[in-house]
Amino acid sequence: MSELVTDILTISINGVALGCIYGLIALGFVLIYKATEMVNFAQGDLMMLGAFFAYTFITAFGFDYWIGIIAAIVVMALFGFVLDAVLLRQVIGQPQFAVVMLTIGLGFIFRSSAGVGFGHDPVSFETPFTNKVVTLSENLIIGQENIAIVVGTIALCAVLYVFFRFTRLGIAMQASSQNQLAAYYMGIPVKVVFSLIWAISAGVAVVAGVLVSPLTLIDPDMGFLGIKAFAAAVLGGFGSIPGALIGGIIIGIVEQAAGLWLPAGFGEVSAFVVLLAVLVIRPGGLFAQVGRKKV
Amino acid sequence: MRFIFKTDYQQDIRVWRHGGDLFWYGLLLVSMIVAPTVLDDFYLGELSVVLVWAVAAIGLMLLVGYTGLVSLGHAAFLGIGAYTEAYLLGQGVPFLISFPLAGLVTAMAGVAIGVPTLRMTGLYLAIATLAFATIVEKVFSNWNSVTGGFDGLPVEYPSLFGYELAESWHFYYLCLCVLVAVIWFSTNLLRSPTGRAMVAIRDSEISAQSMGVNLAKYKTIAFAISAGITGLAGGLFAHYVQHLAPDAFSILLSIQLLLAVIVGGVGSIHGAIYGAIFIGILPQAIAILRDYLPSKIADTAGLEPGIFGLILVYIILAEPMGIYGRWLKIRFFFDLFPLYKKATFKRQKSFTKSERLR
Repeated sequence: MSELVTDILTISINGVALGCIYGLIALGFVLIYKATEMVNFAQGDLMMLGAFFAYTFITAFGFDYWIGIIAAIVVMALFGFVLDAVLLRQVIGQPQFAVVMLTIGLGFIFRSSAGVGFGHDPVSFETPFTNKVVTLSENLIIGQENIAIVVGTIALCAVLYVFFRFTRLGIAMQASSQNQLAAYYMGIPVKVVFSLIWAISAGVAVVAGVLVSPLTLIDPDMGFLGIKAFAAAVLGGFGSIPGALIGGIIIGIVEQAAGLWLPAGFGEVSAFVVLLAVLVIRPGGLFAQVGRKKV
Repeated sequence: MRFIFKTDYQQDIRVWRHGGDLFWYGLLLVSMIVAPTVLDDFYLGELSVVLVWAVAAIGLMLLVGYTGLVSLGHAAFLGIGAYTEAYLLGQGVPFLISFPLAGLVTAMAGVAIGVPTLRMTGLYLAIATLAFATIVEKVFSNWNSVTGGFDGLPVEYPSLFGYELAESWHFYYLCLCVLVAVIWFSTNLLRSPTGRAMVAIRDSEISAQSMGVNLAKYKTIAFAISAGITGLAGGLFAHYVQHLAPDAFSILLSIQLLLAVIVGGVGSIHGAIYGAIFIGILPQAIAILRDYLPSKIADTAGLEPGIFGLILVYIILAEPMGIYGRWLKIRFFFDLFPLYKKATFKRQKSFTKSERLR
């Protein structure tokens, strides 16, 4: 294979893996936005907390990898539920801006409490995929953690799709997202449904955190990945689940390509350049869901 | 309680509602003018920082509080102003020209980001400005010939009429003059047709458009003015830090400015000033607080953002109108004493109104 083809293949595979991570975090944003119209800027920090919990369960408590992840998901889901029930429920109906600032504030709090609780040194834990590779050809080698990311993302999306499409609770969630008052009249416990959405979203954040931890290491500032994931969600059109994934993958591939072919410094901003360009042409993102508001 | 007997429509848009206003603001101005004779250099420096933040916060307030456009990218405008000022002074341009130019260049940057984002609202606008700020920050650190990259850019002292402003009280008066000019400009802007068009856009874009407000024109104007004022603050900021480094203008600075606007009270010039006092004083207060905390918490690097976050959460949940709102409540209590009703400022229960579905 010529070098260019190998480059392109490597970029697309790594880009897709990175993009899936962005997509997973973005999925958390989108779930909450779809149901409650809140924008959760603390999603990246929820991911960071989830990764730290998984790390604690696996290394400090000596849990098995899979059991550790499930324990972390349960803990974070509870955390997400309580977070909504205690704090975020109070700002329902307030301007979107208030919610954005509230979650930014929560993100800061999570970050500094993680710094106090878990320390500022980057940590990582052994996964079943660490340091294993799949060799496709002489110079095309893929790390197993990248494959795990892609497979994990696909599996999670399938589960979420089935959940929203076919279960009673999932349909109740869709109903409360479309019209809160009407959902109340139909007997849906909207408050509980909203808190459950936050729980699911926090659980998704744990999965994202665990999958990304072999690539980035776990430290309190890991949540800044959330900003790029946010860009991914907006690129795809906030509120669309496939949009979030596609947006994530576009940004992942663009970043990888810019990192390889463009001078240093472009890699980090390329995602935002693409985002701005898309937003200028399509102000609601690729899969826009925003209609003109009626008075 | 003071009852104002209105006999003229002009009274509604007067800057001073009554003689008391003129008296108290005059007293405040006089005490600000004599402050350097009383305060020593350290406190004067801190006060100057508060004045710089106040200029920046007013700039952001015009956009967020009065036009309803949320920007997560004002650190970029502050940075553009600061770098323009430092670069022009370095090229030998006199301060009296370079400083207004800093504002003008930033205003043009504001138009540059305002025009393409005209069709965006709320969330999409916030993330677009965030993207813009991230790109600008990278430009600062990589455009070595102008910004000096990571080595930074030294800033010369401003000089007026061949007289170098190197003392801390010189800088203080400079900031005070700029702030007073900016407040004068903003209050007058807000009672002009332009300002009222901005407020109309904030309250409802569609209603504003139906009343004949040209959305594109006034949003662009709002962006330009807001960016220009923030750019002036950036020019002052450059003189305050005296050595510009690109990492000063990160997203954290944007959030800090938004924090000032929210904590002070969205939708009032007073709020911008209170917020500036808040973010100017808080770091010092935290430094003092560190001595009294257990060492494990006090030594952690993230203490300051954590406390910022706590205050932000508290303000949004408990004091949505910020410090200025709290002051209004207290004044109202004494105005109406003993008839004050708690329910006066109570939030109404509300539901999420979807903005997605037609």
